[in-house]
Amino acid sequence: MTEETKPFEPVIIGFTCNWCSYRAADMAGIARMKYAPNVRLIRLMCSGRLDPTFVFKAIAGGADAVLVSGCHPGDCHYSTQNYKAMRRYHLMKRVLTQMGVEPGRLKLLWASAAEGQIFANEINKFVEEVRALGPLNWNQAGAEIPVEGAVEEVKV
Amino acid sequence: MSAQENKPKERVGVYVCHCGTNIAGVVNVGEVSKWASDNMKDEGVVISRDYKFMCSSLGQELIQKDIKEQKLTRVVVGACSPHLHERTFRNACKGAGLNPYLCELVSIREQDSWVHTDKIAATEKAKAIISGGVARVIHHEALEPLHVPIHPATLIVGGGIAGIQAALEIADAGFPVYLVEREPSIGGHMAQFDKTFPTLDCSACILTPKMVDVGNHKNITMLTYSEVQKVDGYVGNFAVTIKKRARYVKTEDCTGCGICWEKCPKKVIDDKFEAGIGYRKAVYTPFPQAVPKYPVIDDINCTYFVKGTCKACEKFCPTNAIDFTQKDEIMTVEVGNIILATGWDLFDARRVPNYGYGRLANVFTNMEFERMSNSAGPTGGNIVLRDGKTPPKSVGIVHCVGSRDKNYNNYCSAICCMQSLKFAHLVHEKTGATVYNFYIDIRTPAKGYDEFYQRIIEEGTLFVRGKVAEVTDAARNPGEEGKLIIQVEDTLVGKQRRIPVDMVILSAGLEPRSDSKALAKTFGISCSADGWFIERHPKLDPVATMTEGVYIAGCVQGPKDIPASVAQGAAAAARILGKIQQKEIALEPVRATIHEEQCSGCRICNTMCPFNAILFHEDKMVSEVNPALCQGCGTCVAACPAGAITGTGFSNEQILSQIDGLLLLTLDKKETVPSGS
Repeated sequence: MTEETKPFEPVIIGFTCNWCSYRAADMAGIARMKYAPNVRLIRLMCSGRLDPTFVFKAIAGGADAVLVSGCHPGDCHYSTQNYKAMRRYHLMKRVLTQMGVEPGRLKLLWASAAEGQIFANEINKFVEEVRALGPLNWNQAGAEIPVEGAVEEVKV
Repeated sequence: MSAQENKPKERVGVYVCHCGTNIAGVVNVGEVSKWASDNMKDEGVVISRDYKFMCSSLGQELIQKDIKEQKLTRVVVGACSPHLHERTFRNACKGAGLNPYLCELVSIREQDSWVHTDKIAATEKAKAIISGGVARVIHHEALEPLHVPIHPATLIVGGGIAGIQAALEIADAGFPVYLVEREPSIGGHMAQFDKTFPTLDCSACILTPKMVDVGNHKNITMLTYSEVQKVDGYVGNFAVTIKKRARYVKTEDCTGCGICWEKCPKKVIDDKFEAGIGYRKAVYTPFPQAVPKYPVIDDINCTYFVKGTCKACEKFCPTNAIDFTQKDEIMTVEVGNIILATGWDLFDARRVPNYGYGRLANVFTNMEFERMSNSAGPTGGNIVLRDGKTPPKSVGIVHCVGSRDKNYNNYCSAICCMQSLKFAHLVHEKTGATVYNFYIDIRTPAKGYDEFYQRIIEEGTLFVRGKVAEVTDAARNPGEEGKLIIQVEDTLVGKQRRIPVDMVILSAGLEPRSDSKALAKTFGISCSADGWFIERHPKLDPVATMTEGVYIAGCVQGPKDIPASVAQGAAAAARILGKIQQKEIALEPVRATIHEEQCSGCRICNTMCPFNAILFHEDKMVSEVNPALCQGCGTCVAACPAGAITGTGFSNEQILSQIDGLLLLTLDKKETVPSGS
């Protein structure tokens, strides 16, 4: 039926920091830049606030992918906290892979308050990437999915 | 109070804004509102309304009425970005007796209706966003803002006209000001100009009295030849580290008599103040009316510093004020607020090679022309060719050099049209030469500006509409011999033209300071992609920034003329005076708190905090957050392995519930659609 012909519409939860990336989203809005409606944003004060639990909770709760977004390295409103987000991002990617989730379902995006266009473009790109991955498939075993650059560590 | 066990414990009101057609044009607002009241009863929604403009007084009254009549304990507003109206709705709730932090504003405009075209998808997204807001707001706590005292002193960075104006306004009101200027004298670019448009009053005549006022003011501490190195603290209590470069002149002994620079044997091309067309000495004040009057010794060019001998200035100084042993000084000042008024850099005309600046002798920049036309400048106010004596018989002024050009800067530099018209007048007046203005569009929007334009037309200046393609000295016929030829498409005639002239003036545009990004980082504010500092709101809050306590004024925010810079300087000062008068400031109570009984003393959080806000009690083996230092980023909250830290306003419960709320519809759908079909 029509349901089947419709392309898969992923649901993505996005975390933005209050200072750069949420403002990039605002900027995209003010400039009426159009992008895919699949991302729902949650504002944190800083990407450093991102508890890995949030990402796993979103995936567990039915999101097909998660976007983590903050200020560019060096531009963090709280000086260096986005580096902590970046470290956690790499950690989470690895954990997700071990859990059987494709690492492509987690994306890190740096966007300054002026980069509405980049924010919009990257969301469009991400939505297409996740669309290509298809709905989250929990049945897949962790080992089947290769981890870029971290294979040795994961093998044990 | 008397909530039953199975009933939701909060009474939530949902308000969906149409924002005229800004939201309602894309999102089916009525459907969203109805959906919330029908489907979110279990979450505690007792009432859901939509309204044309929630932020209007009638919209706010609607919420207030419901808070009182429906006994709402939580409010969710689906409207614009919280950065725009969060305060508005929080205040509305406060007005009705509800703690302002029990209200959540979720954005269905900037993040939904304005960026999506698919009405169904946008409406579904709006429902999800509202649902996320409702799920989150239930876990909000009543909070009280933190009150911190405001230090009455203000730091102003940049001693151009915007900084000067701001300094005088604040100092006249009786509060201390530190005015930091990188150059040896305050005055900025305005001190270099000859005349100011549209009234043609002499720039120095209107500026120098203000400079003198700054120099003499008992409330202003001038720190010239100095730069800000570091900023610590937060609104009300900044600690600013300033490097005072060594002047090698004891200011307490110097009388500014000028014998030192008269006797100094070392001539240096002055590429700052004289824009490269004049000279200064190695010991110098940039210009005669400099404030302060004390010279500086330029240790890169001074013969003594280069070769180890000379000291002519020291020998001749009547008050023994020269001190070659002076060192750079680092000082720290405490201030409550900061104004950044660091101005602009001139676009480097060499970047447009086809205009020949730097290659063709008689191509000048606007700054060079300003200095040449200034009677205190290197040519004594005579407009002459590069040979220093021949007055031009014809002059071409090229507008929009480096501005409104995709290859360089997209923006309009705002001042070049008026400046070029002013140049035309000055050339006419002083040389009687024929003047051509090559323009794309003439923009003269402010008071008295278009009248000035008409006057210049009447004076006989010729206008050619078209972007200049090339300035060349390659003559094609005898009439062009020895001239600069301006190749341009006259778009009004629709023809290519070659116009030979003696002198070309390039109206180079304004650019952000080359170090503006580093400066923004030092002060914790943001730059636009071009490099201008971003104001809190482009229309309604042009001098504040997103960082509390840091204000911007003048061209640092974007190209503007003198009246606008002065207005912004005064506006920033007024904003700060208002804050100082209140003596204390209310800060968002977004802070981390460590629960002692849950803290294991692992100290992971200690190293996470960039503000050193977490201290460790050796005796109790637990960490504690100093709320005055905590900035509320929440990194420690996320890092605590014991979950012992709560981030007020952004607690785990709030975020996790919001995730659930955002996914509510998704789950519904996934359950109804059998998997695999």
